[in-house]
Amino acid sequence: MSLDTAKEESAGAITTKLYWLLAKLYWPLGVAFRTIDRYRHTIEVTGLALTGLLATLMLVFIVADWLRFWSGPVGATAATIFDTYVSAGSVFDRLLGTRVFESPGTIRAIATGVLIGIVGPLVGTFLVHRQMALIGETLAHTAFAGVAVGLVIAGLTGMAGSRDQLIFVAFIVSAITALGLQRLTERTDSYGDVPIAIVLTGSFAVGTLLISMARGQFAIGIEIEDFLFGDIAIVTVGGTRMVAVLSIVVVALVVFFYKEFLFITFDEQAARVARLNVRGYNSLLIVMTAVVVVGAMQILGVILVAGLLVIPAATASQLGRSFRETLFLSILFGQLSVLLGLFIALVASLPSGGSIIIVSIGFYIAAVAISDRSVGQISVH
Amino acid sequence: MSTAVDVKNVTFAYGETVAVEDVSLSIEEGDFLGLIGPNGSGKTTLLHLMIGLKEPNSGSVRLFGEPVQEFDAGERIGYVSQRSTDRAGSMPVSVREAVLMGRYPHVGHGRPGKEDRQLVDDALERVGIADLADRSIGKLSGGQRQRAFIARALAAEADLLALDEPTVGVDADSRTDFYGLLDELNQQGITIILIEHDVDILTEHVDSVACLNQRLYHHGDTVSFLESDAIAEAYGTSGRVIAHDHP
Repeated sequence: MSLDTAKEESAGAITTKLYWLLAKLYWPLGVAFRTIDRYRHTIEVTGLALTGLLATLMLVFIVADWLRFWSGPVGATAATIFDTYVSAGSVFDRLLGTRVFESPGTIRAIATGVLIGIVGPLVGTFLVHRQMALIGETLAHTAFAGVAVGLVIAGLTGMAGSRDQLIFVAFIVSAITALGLQRLTERTDSYGDVPIAIVLTGSFAVGTLLISMARGQFAIGIEIEDFLFGDIAIVTVGGTRMVAVLSIVVVALVVFFYKEFLFITFDEQAARVARLNVRGYNSLLIVMTAVVVVGAMQILGVILVAGLLVIPAATASQLGRSFRETLFLSILFGQLSVLLGLFIALVASLPSGGSIIIVSIGFYIAAVAISDRSVGQISVH
Repeated sequence: MSTAVDVKNVTFAYGETVAVEDVSLSIEEGDFLGLIGPNGSGKTTLLHLMIGLKEPNSGSVRLFGEPVQEFDAGERIGYVSQRSTDRAGSMPVSVREAVLMGRYPHVGHGRPGKEDRQLVDDALERVGIADLADRSIGKLSGGQRQRAFIARALAAEADLLALDEPTVGVDADSRTDFYGLLDELNQQGITIILIEHDVDILTEHVDSVACLNQRLYHHGDTVSFLESDAIAEAYGTSGRVIAHDHP
């Protein structure tokens, strides 16, 4: 009996020791989490302000890039601003020992990235919670069909078939298909994945057929793979400008209709009872998604673009306590993923789409780990 | 007293399947009506027809004196269904945000003002979950979540509550509290239409009962309902029809 008690005691002592050891190891981590938690509001607001500042800087660059060939003082000022960005890029290059940031093309790609890193997660958060996560993927595939349609139109009309024209056609085709997809899902009475699978594969099929037909008929100066996988090098002046316009419009619409979008996302039936035009807001959301997807497709490619809409939103949902906070966090994670991903891609000469998505998945895994931990803490309290 | 909901000869079918057949009933302002009937008897459909979520194939519905399809004072109706509360479980929305949605029809595109926030605080206080305001609604228990949805209707200053089995999956104590709250709200003049499968609980709280199985079997005060054999008829009809077909 006494022997047993002794054994138990020693076992107990070992457990206690182990516990303390673990606690000591985890202690700095716990302090770090608690500190972050205490200042989470400040961190979020600061992050958002920085993102806003960065986006403004990038919009200024895009405007300067557009106006610098104008005659007169406007053109001259724009050219000076443009040169400032390019020299800022070369400072970066000297610091890192690279030769990428001094190129206007790279700055354009970063500008596009920063903007889609805001609007992607912004619409994505609503989509994820409307359980429409795969809509982005579907619309990216319709955008691919749009590019193919653009190729055929360009070939038939004898236009140059530049990337700008193709992207513009993709915008239109994607927005129209988005509305068609919405009607289809309404008819089948749910956002089930069947209509989504049909439209996704169907538009890709149309795209491949049109492209191989166009290949036989006209000279095509564009690698279709660029659109499939995305490439910093394919971001054009016109493409950047279109992303700037769509970003301003999308942000303005979400700010203006925030309450309506939140209500139809949270409780569609109650929103209908409150006499909201649920169908109209749905259409607006889906068309916004379509244009964001086409804009983001230039950097991420058709296949990966949905990731930028879905992953930051999923990451933020792990941590957010309110929808507003979730929306803010999703923009922050989207922005960090784009910046880090683009940086890695540029410095290591890797594809931008892949690196952005991998970085954002890294954030997601970290968020899942942290939120599990904090759930544990709450239950202890 | 004026009529809150007036249903006249309403029929609704899903394709070939008739869900509600030739139902007429009217609900006065301040009533507490229980809708009862077996599974698939068209209770939810009838409730949806009353608040304009569905349009009848024939017949007419008037809401506060107006044809329901033209009725646009959405804030006057507070609607809570099992489905809405299920969704709340997976979305990061704080209790305060969810209740504030009740103010949305009032504020339009503007920002909710001080008065709106005050009404939200009052509503949270009223249903007894003011201390949970900043929690994520998904982290609440079933009973607390139902209270949050009622708070949303109160913040909207709704005068008609349409509740579709609001206490499914809620423990017995919270359920009793919840029905106590409904009684209080009804005494303050809010009209309530309640779908509840538990006849005992229902008859304890409501003033009148509508017993439905496709057609309306009984509509009257609770005492007359308990004395009638409407429930046996409504629940037994399908069985009897089968017996006729196969003698």
